[in-house]
Amino acid sequence: MIQVVFDPSKVMDIDITKRTEYHAELDAARASRKVLKEVAFTPSLPDKGYTNRTLHVDVGSLAVAEKPVTQQMKDIFIGGRGFGLWYLWQAVTPQTRWNDPENEIVISSGPVGGITQYAGTGKSLVVTLSPQTEIPIDSNVGGYFGPLLKFSGFDALELQGKAERDLILFIDGQKGLIRFEELPDAPVDSHVLGEVLTRLYAENEADLVNISVVSTGAAADHSLIGMLNFSWFDKRRGCVRFKQAGRGGIGTVFRDKRLRALVCRGPQVKGDLNHPADFETLAKIGVKYHKEIRENDPHQCMMRRNGTAHIVEIMDAYDLLPVHNFQYGSHPETHKIDSAYWQSRCAQQTVDGCWYGCSMACAKGADGLVLKTGPYQGHMVTVDGPEYENAAGLGSNCGVFDPDDLLELNFYCDTYGICTITWGTVCAFIMECYQRGILNLERTGGLDLSWGNAKADLEMMHQMARGEGFGRIAGLGVKRMKALFIANGWGDPQLINDIGMENKGLEYSQYLSKESLAQQGGYALTNKGPQHDEAWLIFMDMVNKQLPTFEDKAEALYYFPLFRTWFGLNGFCKLPWNDVVPKGNAQQPEPHKIPEHVQNYVDLFSATTGVKIDKEELINQSARVYNFQRVFNIRMGKGLRQHDAAPYRSLGPVTEEEYLSRQERYDGQLRTELSLDPDAMTLQEKMAAHRQWRTGRFEKLMDVVYARRGWTRDGVPTYARLKELGIDFPEVLEVVRPLLGDPA
Amino acid sequence: MRQLRIDLATCDEGRKTCAHECESACAEKVFKLGDPARAALHIRETADGKGVAYLCDQCGDCVVVCPAEALKRNKLGVVMLDKSLCVGCYICIGFCEKEVFERNPEWVTPYKCTSCGICVKACPHAALEIVDVPEPAYRIL
Repeated sequence: MIQVVFDPSKVMDIDITKRTEYHAELDAARASRKVLKEVAFTPSLPDKGYTNRTLHVDVGSLAVAEKPVTQQMKDIFIGGRGFGLWYLWQAVTPQTRWNDPENEIVISSGPVGGITQYAGTGKSLVVTLSPQTEIPIDSNVGGYFGPLLKFSGFDALELQGKAERDLILFIDGQKGLIRFEELPDAPVDSHVLGEVLTRLYAENEADLVNISVVSTGAAADHSLIGMLNFSWFDKRRGCVRFKQAGRGGIGTVFRDKRLRALVCRGPQVKGDLNHPADFETLAKIGVKYHKEIRENDPHQCMMRRNGTAHIVEIMDAYDLLPVHNFQYGSHPETHKIDSAYWQSRCAQQTVDGCWYGCSMACAKGADGLVLKTGPYQGHMVTVDGPEYENAAGLGSNCGVFDPDDLLELNFYCDTYGICTITWGTVCAFIMECYQRGILNLERTGGLDLSWGNAKADLEMMHQMARGEGFGRIAGLGVKRMKALFIANGWGDPQLINDIGMENKGLEYSQYLSKESLAQQGGYALTNKGPQHDEAWLIFMDMVNKQLPTFEDKAEALYYFPLFRTWFGLNGFCKLPWNDVVPKGNAQQPEPHKIPEHVQNYVDLFSATTGVKIDKEELINQSARVYNFQRVFNIRMGKGLRQHDAAPYRSLGPVTEEEYLSRQERYDGQLRTELSLDPDAMTLQEKMAAHRQWRTGRFEKLMDVVYARRGWTRDGVPTYARLKELGIDFPEVLEVVRPLLGDPA
Repeated sequence: MRQLRIDLATCDEGRKTCAHECESACAEKVFKLGDPARAALHIRETADGKGVAYLCDQCGDCVVVCPAEALKRNKLGVVMLDKSLCVGCYICIGFCEKEVFERNPEWVTPYKCTSCGICVKACPHAALEIVDVPEPAYRIL
């Protein structure tokens, strides 16, 4: 089949190798380098996906210890997020808070992580107690760190304790050295720090690709929403690129530990470093998948052209794009930030995977942006993305439709070390509060946070990075801002709670869920909070119409959170599962599961580890970790039905203007769903009827989903479910006993 | 750039009496393997006896998609694999429209035709030749 070839004339003529360079910063960092401690270790390569070793580092005492990865850990927790949760469980008590030294940041790739034959296999899973939610947060991030850590000798890295001064942890998997260093004159923000450290720790040009840096930026010091940047060296651009462990404030914990950066120098990557049990199967599945991308992607999602931004216009067309803090689902100016624009603005002539072998290559880069504000004003930079979430969150949700403004917001979020998704929802909430008089110029310290005012948005972010002004308030996140605004008497508490788009303390990601019951559950009935990676059902529900009945939606909320959890146990990205589909998929049974790809994953796991599984066991593997995480939440004082409550903005129209903007739809629903006559009702009566119907429907969904998951009506995994999964350890049962009573 | 070409009519006629010397020579002399299936070119037959040639034309698509910059053109314009840089991801194989980027199950690194001309010399019917043609335009894939 002849491939659709992209027309180069459609791409902006930008030199992808040009950007501001930071030689002086590199020299200053090098001059200030001080080694505090050096420890030798024996590098080793994995066997069947596991090195069977974990590195524990106390950044306070600079103590380094190795722990064996046990067979039980592999059987029950698999790796990645599973290992992270298991180690974190052992590290903390119910009284531990996010900023206690006992809290850990655990990074683990998972057994399949690091293979190079299949797309999306280089992920690191990061787990910690979140400053925002006060329960475990898990984040699935690209870049090279996880695989290079494993190829250096460790399945997982536990970071515990608190340093007295800013610290660099360097793990040299080539020489077998772990070094604690201080670089007092090193830069703070990721786009400079990542570049400087990569060049500082690489021994020569060829070594640059063997370095990965984990860092954050200035805003993580002054907010609860800090994230971590995981780097890789982009050979063609000649610069460091980043993927983000964004959600839940992991970067804040990192800085609370006074970590400035982690640097891993791994061996040169080869195709078989994981020493899989059956390399031939990996090779065959990989080649088959690469061909599928070549043949189908140009006619399906065009991920290689647009990355995830391909859905901006789809979401807008289906009234699902968040606009003005999730009030509306479309906007007349969306065309300015849709994929047609990003296709021309992002470089197309280069390879954009965030790990070797990713033929989906969605990690787009927009080069040649000259910054207009902030400490890097006038610098020319490369911006990673923007991805869909950034275009929607920083863009439409805040009314920002100038793509250069959007790129600058994206850039500063990244380099300051804050999550773009979180910032999008934070800023959208603030702007709606400004619209409704809950905030004003006096309360924001002079920031005019009207819809679309990117300049004020950026200034608020710069304030946060400096630890000043209203930016510090914004950095608290939506949950704490709601409490603050209510305590200050700045507005109607119900309105503030209705429009503050958070659940469990985490901000919603960027999909309008009002008309998608499946996505309402996909957001609120989650372990970590409303991040779509656990149950991205909105496309399936609203665009592909694959979940027509209530039962279909409830079943999807059983299956998909488990299926998608599995990616995080193994070091996989989720996108290659469903952002391309095989020809003939629609004719398969259960096409929404993409059965051929599910089988690919079953085979990839079996071929790597030598442990034969089937698609049912795949779900069981996830269910053990998923239910363990639920119990972990309960152990930390959360994890019950009350914590799964959803803000009404995610369920239905909060304000009169929202209702009136889609009156035909809402009136129609009153007739068809509730047998009411809207013509005989006032607007307030209609809105009240909707609220009762929608909240009642959501509560019913919770009942059915909890039952399907093997949980009580309060959301607690039952003894029978825990036993069935084999996670009925004494310490697990001890957590649920006060809620379940003694076992029969 | 140096490009391997075939005259299929000559090949079809000659194949009645030949033993695919081109493939054997490639496998034996280039890769030191006795199995012609391991050659970097293949001449197959359809049901009606017509030949189908799988030859690398050095189009360079694999250079574009390689994430490790392990594939580059040499001075003659031939696409060469630097095994020391190859990460064994096989995107080059999956993205090769002509299906001539090859893999030996015994090796992690893949392989391809380098327009070396050994097959040209081996062909008893002079159906193969190395020609010098302009490099094609860079394609964004």
